[in-house]
Amino acid sequence: MSARNTGPKTLLALEDGAVYEGKGFGAPGEIFGEVVFNTAMSGYQEVLTDPSYAGQIVVMTYPHQGNYGTNREDPESESVRVSGFAVREASRRPSSWRSERTLSGELEDAGVVGIQGIDTRSLTLRIRERGAMRSGVSTEDLDPDSLVSRVQGTPGMEGADLAKTVTAPEPYGASELVGPASAESGRVFKIAAVDFGMKRNILRRLAASGCEATVYPAETPAGEILSGNPAGVFLSNGPGDPAATKYGINLSKELLGKVPIFGICLGHQLLGLALGGTTYKLKFGHRGANQPVKNLRGGRVEVTSHNHGFAVDPEGWARGSTRPSSPPNEIPVIETQFGAAELTHWNLNDGTLEGLRCLDVPAFSVQYHPEAAPGPHDSRYLFEEFRKLMGDA
Amino acid sequence: MPKRTDISSLLVIGSGPIVIGQACEFDYSGTQACRVLRREGYRVVLVNSNPATIMTDPEFADATYIEPLEPDSVKAVIERERPEALLPTLGGQTGLNVAVALAESGVLEENGVRLIGAGLEAIRRAEDRSGFQRTMAEAGLPLPRAGTATSVETALRIAEEVGYPVIVRPSFMLGGGGSGFAHDPGSLEMLVRRSLLSSPVGEVLIEESLEGWKEFELEVMRDGADNAVVICSIENVDPMGVHTGDSITVAPSQTLTDREYQQMRDYALACIRAIGVETGGSNIQFAVNPADGRTVLIEMNPRVSRSSALASKATGFPIAKVAALLAVGYRLDEITNDITGETPAAFEPTLDYVVVKVPRFAFEKFPEADTRLTTTMKSVGEVMAIGRTFKEALGKAWRSLERPGMDLGADYAAAATVSGSSDTSLIQGLATATEHRLQLVERALLEGHSVDVVADASKIDPWFVDQISEVVADAEALRGKRLGDIDRDQMLEAKRLGISDARIALLTGDEEPAVRRRRSKLGVQPVFKTVDTCGGEFPARTPYHYSTYEEETEVRSGERPRVVIAGAGPNRIGQGIEFDYACVHAAFALHDAGYEAVMVNCNPETVSTDYDTSDRLYFEPLTEEDVLAVCGAEQPIGVIVQLGGQTPLKLAHTLEEEGYRILGTRPEAIDLAEDRGKFATVLAELGIPAPMHGEARNLEEAGKIAASVGFPVVVRPSYVLGGRAMEIVYGEDELEQFVTTAAEASPDHPVLIDRFLEGAIEVDVDAVSDGEEVVIGAVMEHIEEAGVHSGDSSCVIPPPTLSDSELDVIEDIVWKLAKRLGVRGLLNLQLAVKDERIWVLEMNPRASRTVPFVSKATGVPLAKIATLVMIGRTLGDLRKEGMIPEDPAHYRHLSHVSVKAAVLPFGRFRGADTVLGPEMKSTGEVMGVDTDSGFALAKALVSSGSSLPSSGNVFVSVSNRDKRAILFPAKRLADLGFRLLATGGTAAVLSRAGISVEPVAKVSEGEPNVVDLIRERKVDLVINTPYGRGPRTDGYYIRTAAATAGIPCVTTLPGVMASVRGIEALRGDASPPRSIQEYLSVPRNGRSENRTDRSPSRTASSAGGEK
Ligand SMILES: Nc1ncnc2c1ncn2[C@@H]1O[C@H](COP(=O)(O)OP(=O)(O)O)[C@@H](O)[C@H]1O
Ligand SMILES: Nc1ncnc2c1ncn2[C@@H]1O[C@H](COP(=O)(O)OP(=O)(O)O)[C@@H](O)[C@H]1O
Ligand SMILES: [Mg+2]
Ligand SMILES: [Mg+2]
Repeated sequence: MSARNTGPKTLLALEDGAVYEGKGFGAPGEIFGEVVFNTAMSGYQEVLTDPSYAGQIVVMTYPHQGNYGTNREDPESESVRVSGFAVREASRRPSSWRSERTLSGELEDAGVVGIQGIDTRSLTLRIRERGAMRSGVSTEDLDPDSLVSRVQGTPGMEGADLAKTVTAPEPYGASELVGPASAESGRVFKIAAVDFGMKRNILRRLAASGCEATVYPAETPAGEILSGNPAGVFLSNGPGDPAATKYGINLSKELLGKVPIFGICLGHQLLGLALGGTTYKLKFGHRGANQPVKNLRGGRVEVTSHNHGFAVDPEGWARGSTRPSSPPNEIPVIETQFGAAELTHWNLNDGTLEGLRCLDVPAFSVQYHPEAAPGPHDSRYLFEEFRKLMGDA
Repeated sequence: MPKRTDISSLLVIGSGPIVIGQACEFDYSGTQACRVLRREGYRVVLVNSNPATIMTDPEFADATYIEPLEPDSVKAVIERERPEALLPTLGGQTGLNVAVALAESGVLEENGVRLIGAGLEAIRRAEDRSGFQRTMAEAGLPLPRAGTATSVETALRIAEEVGYPVIVRPSFMLGGGGSGFAHDPGSLEMLVRRSLLSSPVGEVLIEESLEGWKEFELEVMRDGADNAVVICSIENVDPMGVHTGDSITVAPSQTLTDREYQQMRDYALACIRAIGVETGGSNIQFAVNPADGRTVLIEMNPRVSRSSALASKATGFPIAKVAALLAVGYRLDEITNDITGETPAAFEPTLDYVVVKVPRFAFEKFPEADTRLTTTMKSVGEVMAIGRTFKEALGKAWRSLERPGMDLGADYAAAATVSGSSDTSLIQGLATATEHRLQLVERALLEGHSVDVVADASKIDPWFVDQISEVVADAEALRGKRLGDIDRDQMLEAKRLGISDARIALLTGDEEPAVRRRRSKLGVQPVFKTVDTCGGEFPARTPYHYSTYEEETEVRSGERPRVVIAGAGPNRIGQGIEFDYACVHAAFALHDAGYEAVMVNCNPETVSTDYDTSDRLYFEPLTEEDVLAVCGAEQPIGVIVQLGGQTPLKLAHTLEEEGYRILGTRPEAIDLAEDRGKFATVLAELGIPAPMHGEARNLEEAGKIAASVGFPVVVRPSYVLGGRAMEIVYGEDELEQFVTTAAEASPDHPVLIDRFLEGAIEVDVDAVSDGEEVVIGAVMEHIEEAGVHSGDSSCVIPPPTLSDSELDVIEDIVWKLAKRLGVRGLLNLQLAVKDERIWVLEMNPRASRTVPFVSKATGVPLAKIATLVMIGRTLGDLRKEGMIPEDPAHYRHLSHVSVKAAVLPFGRFRGADTVLGPEMKSTGEVMGVDTDSGFALAKALVSSGSSLPSSGNVFVSVSNRDKRAILFPAKRLADLGFRLLATGGTAAVLSRAGISVEPVAKVSEGEPNVVDLIRERKVDLVINTPYGRGPRTDGYYIRTAAATAGIPCVTTLPGVMASVRGIEALRGDASPPRSIQEYLSVPRNGRSENRTDRSPSRTASSAGGEK
């Protein structure tokens, strides 16, 4: 019998009343969270372990998941972070010389509920039309109506401050995790990396480009970070609503102008807010490994890895007017209380702002994931730009 | 960077005839490119010798030259048209090689033509194996240990260095031609000798063998601003050692972690940049060691390829179209993704389904050929299937193949037989790649071998084997069950695993319609999803669908009435691109007439499966199960089954039974023509002569019939296409063998025996009827006599030797039959003219192979006309609208001559006899057109690959039957200064006639003999008409040696006559080429000077006989 017919009957319910019936895999149980879809065709292990997915039930649009199993090198954090995982089919028999365990086994040990055998495309189109929704997966409550109403009782993503739930409890040296920083590109910089739910590959890329990072918990006060006088500060990715992550915004404000800053994803949103901008929730976000982003400085298009539900509003500085649906041709320059800034990177699919750079203080950030994992390596150059920003000419 | 304004006209080179390794995928890419370039306002000049292509239709280019794809002919076109740029990357290897030749010889520079897309240097770096090695090494990209050699000595030295086994691969070769493995110096030496010859540049690569590694391909695109994206990743199910073209492949890749995939992507982008392809698409191949992940680059093709056609269909990203736009200066982010209509082409498509490609082989046509799959491509076509899982897609792919039983997995005969033998031989069997290997895999799993044992033996990745094992388990659960006992869950599960109704029927011992009824009773019906390039992230505008067993369907209801066009399926010998051509025309015609054209087809190489071609595209198998599902979803006003060849015709009855209207000729009428027995009565009743015939159920009956109709006879099975297993039998002694083979080819049908009309002129007619009147497209006169399959013989428009009265009789027969059968749409009639009498050989109430040729030659769009007739228009109306010429004998009065010649794949199948017979063997055709018939002939012959020598040695050896008739052409050749060589008998005859000739030894007469001469290329043209059949005759050795050495070999007398005329023409000076737009617009003179009365040599050739 094929994979789909094994495993207990399981329901996935949405706040709009839709219910999908499939088979459970991974751990039995019941979880609630925001349902989002990811269009990457490979990299499920990185997705599962990306802390930015905390509080979310991830639907993979590619039908076969778990084909090459899981291994000890690819996780993006020490554990599975998604609340739930929904796929068309989870492979029972992985194949790869690096494979150590099955996808199902991985979820089971992490106590995460998975559902397979459902029409993930229909679910994806529904999310596309109605937006990311509150949802729940249960192997216990198999009464559709009751599950739906309980889903409707759960809180949404908006206003959720989740970074502190996934950040490191104590400061630590990145080298413990990813080894010493490479001296190849010359001078090694000592930097501080603020962990709002940081992906491990960011630390690897930082180390690879000669940055020896000390990782700080999300709520570390600016003073403590600056006291270690780092050459630069990195603001990491992370889950939740940036506007609700007040400590992150304040930290950014206090750091701006005092030390070079590089932000990714949530880090980018916090920087944007610190600069006096605003953020908004995208209808269903960007999650995948094929998003075209244009860097207006040079005009190159990068195929990029994304995972975000919120974005910085390019009009946030000039009230009233509406967001562009396609990127501008000239680099827009905005005025902030920290001086002028350029809106450098734009998403070619929907015109979302994807990156900015301050002109009067040393700081830049991108909404997407130059560290990839999963995804293309087109944007690695940003780690080099961070070096330059820190005075590596 | 907007489009280039420094260019106003462009030359596009097509890929010529369909050959193994280069099929209609290049018609697809060329057509896309021509369309978009014209839309951009460029003047497009096209050169292609293949008349069956859509791209050579007058409306797709501003000037279309149907000329040989040889540097000289293309040069002539350039000098006449003076294009400013040449786009070399869309015409496959052929187009690329011609472009390179023109660039290297300075022709392009002299005429101020720039190569756009890929420059000469880039092409060289990619195509020449040593250049590739160097470039990759410099870019720090990993390669197999290897070296290139131009001599046997260096080859041996390199082999010592890299270590045996090694693979030998010639540079600039198509579809792995001339490559192979060597396990020791001995075998290496042989291989290298051959490959050095087969490589146009006399260079071979000696490389460490990676047999058994995993093979992958990436399709990459790059624009002028150096933006580069990967369109698709493809994983081969068959490991390294089986040519990707012969491998079952899957998109996207299934067994790579993101790390490995991204590394491969990095390599691919670094590769296209290092090679320096400025703009366009490239195909890059990788091998991965399953034990440790070591990844190496195998090859890069700096052009669109078979794989990019597959990738385009698999992802919805139109690679060729975008490549053309990039070549004229656009950037990826300036081009919109048609499918979403809003997002740009600067992205990487993501799939939420699985695509499986399975190659289609034709070994049954070449009994002597080796059926093992190697590094040399042997498949003649392919199918693609889309499903939500690998299992579903694989199941759909199997039934798309139309190879009876191939979708039955372990129950497939070939697999079942092996099971009889011991376990060990079953496992050993897995190690050899053949077209049946996956059925063998199922068989092994069924017999209890573990996934790992099977994977290890076959080197097929365990993931794939395990997927298959799921299907096997489910199928077995159904075996022996009563249909009525199968519940919804089990039925649904079986269908989700891609198990066909036919297979369920077999397992439950029931009939397919019963399975269908059971399914609908249980409410188990497929839904249709959309191919949208983005995994559902954006709404799709294009209705490009595939069926699957899920919850939600995405088919939109249509505003206009819909017509389903059932396509032709995979290319195969006997049914190729010509039928796709007709389907595409139907789609265009229907759209223009205000209908929604709904295309159903499963061939990824074709124009018909481009989402731009029809209003709705269903990428589905052409089986009752799947076509009915589409009809169910679309509720069409009717279905067109007469354009896709035999494939859709077979569905007519079921479709009608299920309540769908067949447009055009009624199914009963189709039967009347297809069933030779019934057809004979129709002919008799109309008083139309036909060869005497009978049907035999056993040898004894066969003997009786043969005796009564008189030898020689034609023996054939009923219900087959392309003259399958058809033979001419000259006497009792041979009868037995052929009757049995015929019986095998079509078991439960009688064997048909016809009187063989020896030495008859064969004639083909394509016509359209609306039930009232008939429009004759053309009467084509064959060059070879009846007895050579119409698909393999050359033919000429206007008919050169048939008298007007004969043509009148032929046309009258067409009218009678069309009316009697009530034909509505196309019909094809084959006749034989002998002793002033005209016999009907067969009638096909459908589009034929020659429809595109006739349309190109006459300018009359037969397929369009037929389509409009099928939806109720009358020929009268269409004539008024100018679609049909006033002159009913239009084709007789053309002022230009068009010759169709066949292209044969013997070079691919070492050991296959090259003699032409009633069984079709050609893969494609070419057209030669000129105002002078000699030149038209010559062009056709040159295009078909039999490059005619203008001087040198001609070896002659003919059957007794032909000895008298050979004198005339032999004399002519001698006069032209050729040195004649001949074996005993023939030599005697020639010298007696006063023709100087040098005798040479037959094989049977010891060495050195004729075969040695041929091997050493001391002969430039071989003339050998068969005497005695089958392997191990002298003729067989001579012909196969010629094929291997690539020396033109003519096997029929008329063929010889034609060649001589061609040679004469080539020696005279050619008039500058003309575009078909010009040919078709010139006023026609009353009576074409190209039609003389029959030359005496014509009938002479029927004298004598070998018995
Ligand atoms: N070093 C090798 N060892 C084993 N098989 C190989 C090797 N190189 C190529 N092949 C096989 O030969 C096939 C054809 O080789 P390729 O370089 O792709 O030539 P072509 O130009 O015909 O595509 C490949 O698809 C692969 O399966
Ligand atoms: N009675 C016959 N006499 C001579 N040649 C024949 C006869 N019947 C068939 N042939 C030859 O065999 C070829 C194939 O026969 P045909 O009936 O056309 O089969 P198919 O359906 O495969 O086209 C024809 O093209 C013709 O050359
Ligand atoms: Mg290849
Ligand atoms: Mg025929």
